[in-house]
Amino acid sequence: MAAANDPIHQFQIVPLIGDGPIAFTNSAFYMGLTVAVITGFLMLATSARTLVPGRFQSLAELSYEFVAKTVQDSAGKEGMKFFPFVFSLFMFILVSNLIGMIPYTFTVSSHLIVTAALALSVFVTVLVVGFAKHGVGFLRLFVPHGIPIFILPLVVAIEVISFLSRPISHSVRLFANMLAGHITLKVLAGFVTMLSAGLGALGLLIGIIPLALAVAITALEFLVAFLQAYVFTILTCIYINDALHPGH
Amino acid sequence: MFEKIGPSGLYAIMPRDGGSDGLVVLAAAETGAPAETHAATEAHGGAGGHKEPFPPFNSATFAGQLFWLAIFFGLLLWLMSKVALPRVQNILEGRAERIENDLAEANRLKTETDEAIAAYEKTLADARAEGHRIAGEMHEKVSKEAEAHRLKLEDELNAKLESSEQLIAETKLQALGNVRGIAVDAASAIVERLSGKQPAANDVEKAVDASLAA
Repeated sequence: MAAANDPIHQFQIVPLIGDGPIAFTNSAFYMGLTVAVITGFLMLATSARTLVPGRFQSLAELSYEFVAKTVQDSAGKEGMKFFPFVFSLFMFILVSNLIGMIPYTFTVSSHLIVTAALALSVFVTVLVVGFAKHGVGFLRLFVPHGIPIFILPLVVAIEVISFLSRPISHSVRLFANMLAGHITLKVLAGFVTMLSAGLGALGLLIGIIPLALAVAITALEFLVAFLQAYVFTILTCIYINDALHPGH
Repeated sequence: MFEKIGPSGLYAIMPRDGGSDGLVVLAAAETGAPAETHAATEAHGGAGGHKEPFPPFNSATFAGQLFWLAIFFGLLLWLMSKVALPRVQNILEGRAERIENDLAEANRLKTETDEAIAAYEKTLADARAEGHRIAGEMHEKVSKEAEAHRLKLEDELNAKLESSEQLIAETKLQALGNVRGIAVDAASAIVERLSGKQPAANDVEKAVDASLAA
């Protein structure tokens, strides 16, 4: 009963193979599954290499062109150097989110450490590329043009703080969305069973309300799964653009 | 840290050592004081083995997640950049190239068609001009022939006219000569009848000539 209705239970990490800190856990399994699904999908979809694409090839081309356009719009032609990285991030988050929508699965991005690691990889990439490309000139990022000198220190301080808080907001946004969505779904679905168990037929009747809500939230969660992957990707592109062109 | 404090899924933030100091209960508003005491007893007693931290904040799993994320995301990055994305790019570039080639071919064919049309129109214009030229030549030739025919006919007619006029003149002269002889004869016969004497032929001829000349 406790495990069945516990909305937190789904986030538990349990070792599947081995033991100790780096045991192969359910989280690791779903990360691997995500990679396998992405790679398998792209390889199968592009195996025919037809001139007029079929459904799957269209989808593969669509995902490629969608991310490529996002990168080019936000970070310009130069940003295409980071296209494989951005594409991997987008597909990894999107596919793991979608796999997480299947009941009884585990959502990789519902763990802060995973989203934080992804966000930090973007943050570190931006720092490394920014300083490698512009040297100290990268610090111009914190000094916007056309600001009166007497409020400049304040503006620079705000810019520095906002820059440093980027990986936090970047990772917490995705993590919190996935976590909250899955808890909401579980709580609503739990209401249905609890009502029917507690009130019998009447409870089952009342249970229609949380059930309808759960169905509606499920649809919303599919949107959120895509949207959060997209938001993570577009923010990545914007941050990379800062590394490439720091002079606002 | 979040820690599980009961079977109903309530969580409380509590120090890592599980001590009772600074205890904050998340669901205090819902459950009220009993939850606090419940949490406290659970934390103190540790009974039931339910002391699991809120999973996303369970630092014991961080190392493992980071380790496998690094492996799988690294693998994904490698697969995407070395295998999958070049394949898709290949397809897209192949299509773009094909479309470009087809467009170029279409343009080439269009140019050829335009050239053919221009050549056809030029041939048509040439043929028309040639037709005009031939018709003009024909017309000229025919009118020249007709003119020549007309001139020949005129010449012939003129010649005939001339010979006819000559004939008339000769006949007239001859007739006039006959008139003189008849007149002389008639005059000498009249004179002889009137005077009884035959006039000299010379005189009669003189008189007739004079009267004819008059």
